[in-house]
Amino acid sequence: MTQSGSPISAADVAKVAHLARLDIDDAQVENFTEQLAKVMGHFGDIDALDLTGIEPMTQPYPLVNVMREDVELPTLDTDEVLASAPAAEERRFRVPPIVGTEG
Amino acid sequence: MATIPTTASEIAAAVAAGSITAREVLEAHLARIDARESEINAFNLVTADVARAQADAIDADIAAGRPVGPLAGVPIALKDNMCTHGIETTCSSKILEGWKPPYDATVVTRLRAAGAVMVGKTNLDEFAMGSSTENSAFGATRNPLDTARVPGGSSGGSAAAVAAGFSPVSLGSDTGGSIRQPAALCGVVGVKPTYGRVSRYGLVAYASSLDQIGPFATTVADAALITEVIAGHDEKDSTSIPQPSPSLVGAASQGVAGMRIGRVVDLPGGAEPEVSARLDAAFEALAAAGATIVDITLPSLGYALTAYYLIAPAEASSNLARFDGVRYGLRVNAADTNAMYGATRAAGFGDEVKRRIMLGTYALSAGYYDAYYGKALKVRRLIAQDFDKAYESVDTILMPTSPLVAFKFGEKADDPMSMYLCDIYTIPTNLAGHPAMSVPFGTGAHGLPVGIQVLAPALGEEAMFRVGGALEAAAGGAQ
Repeated sequence: MTQSGSPISAADVAKVAHLARLDIDDAQVENFTEQLAKVMGHFGDIDALDLTGIEPMTQPYPLVNVMREDVELPTLDTDEVLASAPAAEERRFRVPPIVGTEG
Repeated sequence: MATIPTTASEIAAAVAAGSITAREVLEAHLARIDARESEINAFNLVTADVARAQADAIDADIAAGRPVGPLAGVPIALKDNMCTHGIETTCSSKILEGWKPPYDATVVTRLRAAGAVMVGKTNLDEFAMGSSTENSAFGATRNPLDTARVPGGSSGGSAAAVAAGFSPVSLGSDTGGSIRQPAALCGVVGVKPTYGRVSRYGLVAYASSLDQIGPFATTVADAALITEVIAGHDEKDSTSIPQPSPSLVGAASQGVAGMRIGRVVDLPGGAEPEVSARLDAAFEALAAAGATIVDITLPSLGYALTAYYLIAPAEASSNLARFDGVRYGLRVNAADTNAMYGATRAAGFGDEVKRRIMLGTYALSAGYYDAYYGKALKVRRLIAQDFDKAYESVDTILMPTSPLVAFKFGEKADDPMSMYLCDIYTIPTNLAGHPAMSVPFGTGAHGLPVGIQVLAPALGEEAMFRVGGALEAAAGGAQ
């Protein structure tokens, strides 16, 4: 495990960009690496805190299992939704081939 | 033509009484937009035709003696990350350019039912990520008080619209200060209600555990009025809290006699000296109005920035995965879906959005989750515990809204960290889920406005508006 606060490498940035499906070129990788390293350098400050036994807080207001009544309600108009899609066919979203050239 | 009142409450009263028509009010505001919008760029879209139809419908209701809502004929501008049925909603991003939502956000439905008239969709930092509105794909918004300077952000267009008199009130969204900071920089009132007070249904998500919609206004009472209209439970938002909308307008003039107001003795530094001086003056004014000033400590506050800039990007990286060129917005065609995703997102997102998506993806990725995201969630708990302890001895807390007055274009645009530091005093309440508001309180460097921030515990809007109203009265009296 890398220590919190250590600078992020260009290889890390390239990997993260791929995971996030963002095509960026080498010059952008270099630029983003420099900027993100500076931001992440600041993050080292929380290493000074003793967080033993502290429960993580994922949301401010602890609501759980929020359900509505199981009754039929109007839904969005399918034609209207599909009209704003980049491509549609037979009342479905149309996409390029799923199995393609990239591994 | 009759004189157009300046506040939303006066406009609604005059329109309901028939002393002025909604159409007259609207045309006066559209004329102001025509005169100055090319200089300010507050709007991505001015919806003059929609507004005229809404205003005429209100006037028809009044002529026929039908009842009208509490915002009858009040022009309002909406941040362009709130869905409006059939009306372009872009988030100031190329990836959503031209998209017309198939439904209205709940706040839009509630405003319409209250009789408000929608004048347009306002500019923002792309997907609400920024503190200057310089990150918009459609050009920056200028501060109406000094057009060489930024209006703040990310709701810079909504703040500028109210400051320029384009509409008496507007809505923004606040994830880490995006209502309060631009309110401070433009010299208007801005409110972030308690997390869950206002439905997020139809608000394009940035960071779902932090986002909250709230108003901009020229007066504290108007901000209270808009909050009353938009607040309240909504079953379409599973994080909407069950409490009914609170009664707040009266609180703005109730005074602060007997209230306990916290002064943070270990407040993180970085505020301009003139801003700190205004904070001191605010404490003096509230003490003179009968409040007791109590020293408190918030020892974890200095770590809020790090927690926020891990949590918000982590949530953003997940939320923005939906922009993939399949269901709406931009698509860059490619041989297969994976290549299409990468090309579409590269072309559609601006650099700040890409930075935050990558930062969040990194913080959530295998091997780094515990060191970054997991740790940030624990810091968030510490900050919430600090506030809980402080609110045992005080009703509200006062601090600056922004460490700086409005800065010049380009001053921080190339240095993300210096831009992030603009949020140092606003993000702690988003992490805790508490309400906070910014009230103009005099001027600082270059004669530019300074905003003082009033913080309150969850569901503590009434106390917050009492203090906000007292600050407004004191600021007015000093002028």
